[in-house]
Amino acid sequence: MADVPKAADLAGIPPEQAPDLTAAPEAAQAEVPPELVAQSLGEYVRAYAARIRAGESGVLPVIAAMLAIVVVFEVVSPNHVFLSAGNLVNLFQQSAVFMVLAMAEGFALILGEIDLSIGFVGALGAATTVQLVQPQTTNWPWPAAIAAGLLVATVFGLIQGTLITRLRLPSFIVTLAGYLIANGLFLQVLLLGPFSGFPNLLGFSDNLKLIYNLMWGSIDPTISWIAAGVVVVGIGLLIFLSDNRRRRSGLVAPPTSLTLIKIGLIAVVAVVVVLICNTNRANAGTLEGVPWMIPIVLVVLVAWTILLQRTRYGRYVYAIGGNPEAARRAGINLSLVRTAAFGLCSFTAGIGMLLYASLLNGMSSNVQGGQYVLYAVAAAVIGGTSLFGGRGKPLHGVLGGLVIGGIYNGMFLEQLSFQWEYIVTGLVLLGAVTIDAVSRRGSASGSVTRV
Amino acid sequence: MSAASAERVASNEPLLKIRELDKHFGPVQALYHVDLDLPSGQVTALCGDNGAGKTVLTKCIAGIYQADHGQVFWQGQPVHIRNARDSARLGIETVYQDLALADNLDIVQNMFLGRERLSTGLLDEDNMERAAKETLAGLRVTTVRSIRQPVASLSGGQRQSVAVAKAVMWNSKLVIMDEPTAALGVVQTKMVLDLIKRLRDRGLAVMVISHNLNDVFEVADRIAVMYLGRVVVQDKASTFDRQSVVEYMTTGGLSRSGGRRTEGS
Repeated sequence: MADVPKAADLAGIPPEQAPDLTAAPEAAQAEVPPELVAQSLGEYVRAYAARIRAGESGVLPVIAAMLAIVVVFEVVSPNHVFLSAGNLVNLFQQSAVFMVLAMAEGFALILGEIDLSIGFVGALGAATTVQLVQPQTTNWPWPAAIAAGLLVATVFGLIQGTLITRLRLPSFIVTLAGYLIANGLFLQVLLLGPFSGFPNLLGFSDNLKLIYNLMWGSIDPTISWIAAGVVVVGIGLLIFLSDNRRRRSGLVAPPTSLTLIKIGLIAVVAVVVVLICNTNRANAGTLEGVPWMIPIVLVVLVAWTILLQRTRYGRYVYAIGGNPEAARRAGINLSLVRTAAFGLCSFTAGIGMLLYASLLNGMSSNVQGGQYVLYAVAAAVIGGTSLFGGRGKPLHGVLGGLVIGGIYNGMFLEQLSFQWEYIVTGLVLLGAVTIDAVSRRGSASGSVTRV
Repeated sequence: MSAASAERVASNEPLLKIRELDKHFGPVQALYHVDLDLPSGQVTALCGDNGAGKTVLTKCIAGIYQADHGQVFWQGQPVHIRNARDSARLGIETVYQDLALADNLDIVQNMFLGRERLSTGLLDEDNMERAAKETLAGLRVTTVRSIRQPVASLSGGQRQSVAVAKAVMWNSKLVIMDEPTAALGVVQTKMVLDLIKRLRDRGLAVMVISHNLNDVFEVADRIAVMYLGRVVVQDKASTFDRQSVVEYMTTGGLSRSGGRRTEGS
């Protein structure tokens, strides 16, 4: 009884203009996720096929894109080096930045907004961290330096969020201004100290080393296997027990076979990744084990998945993205949720660009903050997040990030110049947005015709 | 609660009684000395032409507008409904014409939007799904394929049902529905009208705003007609026919005597 709509918000509601037309049952069926109605695996496959035919393709395009990238680049890459363990780990490292930035952008996209500033806001935070750990100057311990960098990014995001929600400015313009301001501040921070604009992570300080290791450090192969086993068994048990409990108490749950397939897929992915990473990838000597960046990306993925899908806050983010008026009448504080989302977006971008600083072994004015925003949007959309709000998951950012990373890596192996990389990435983004728009138009017209 | 139930025993007081309600916006008198009774276990249809004041009256009851003068009695007790929170606390829920459902969320998520149940800080989906299922089953809304399907995949009648279920889940005593059948086809309309009857059979007071006289006569126990900011007539539905309702709606009175069968007078 506590939460009820606010008075002023209920006034002036435009009447729904839905005309009375007849139903299109096959379209209606297609929009119901197959796992909800399937009692057996066969039914699931049939429901899934119906859904794809109706344009609700889910993660299928991103899987197809991944396969295409793997096949094409493996064929054309010199000595077929694309699928070598060394290159794949390299690909993971490059993709990690896109993945985290795409998860950041996800917060804005699910709300139906956009944040163009994340590249340079994240870079501003990362530059702050890199400057603070320098032994010649401030020499902060790494936890404090990372916290300070993320704080700078988060505050920047919260200020943008406040302007967008309280002054009702369009997020496109506010974050475009934020992009320029953060770019300037970033360059200013780089110039601090005696590093001539290139504070790097070389040197013997433990703090420098730790930040370098975010991307380049590896976990011992044996420990990698054990950790992967623990994670798979843990997640598998959680999924199995929860599905089982729901099935027993008569709630909506997928059939047992499907649950097992899901867990099996997770296990296969884990084994493949650890196998790749545990192969010796050094030209001379030994370099093996899962890079730190993989668990870092996983932690971000799991944390944001729980936040968005298992908490009230996440539910409100989706509700606002789907129908702000409904959210308002449900008593949700729209400004607060939106502002916090922009803060979370910038916070996550701070993590992403810190990984980038680690990958580059320092920070310099060469950081392409603007380009990275577009890659982040592209990765999120390719992964299945809608540009029109209300739909998307952190996992989409990870999948899309892998696609963008694959293109980036493959083009690099081909030694194609940047102009081609831009063109191909642009085409992939266009393709992803087209799929998003077309599938949305399909479902939108569907829900109007069906009354 | 005990005071309230004691009060209800007192007489067959209507659940909500409005007396001499006035509301003006600047120089425009939107409501003028409105009297209206909404008894429990009955469907009251509120008819009137555009601009007659139906929406303003609804919003005064829902607490979105505050009346300038007049008294409101809830179960015989005088109350002041100052905002939407007050009306919800009394047990008044309004289903607006646009339903306010989020298309991308499923039925359970929509029904609990803004009032999610938690266990250890996380959403208690099992608990919410069970409660939503019970509520829908209680209203005999059985046509949905899965309670977990997104609202985007529901038909108009099903959406209306979800919106109504959302309203009655909070132990509401009075449900106000604004044009619930306006956008629906024949089958869907019947489904919604049946739902309204079930709410009545459960002992709720229901107020339906409608232009559609077929629906009004199908479902209403009582009819109130507004004309230019006044409730010109309210009585049992059986005392009206189409002709008389239309006449009240368009002229505010009856031109010829005997057009209405007045019972017991």
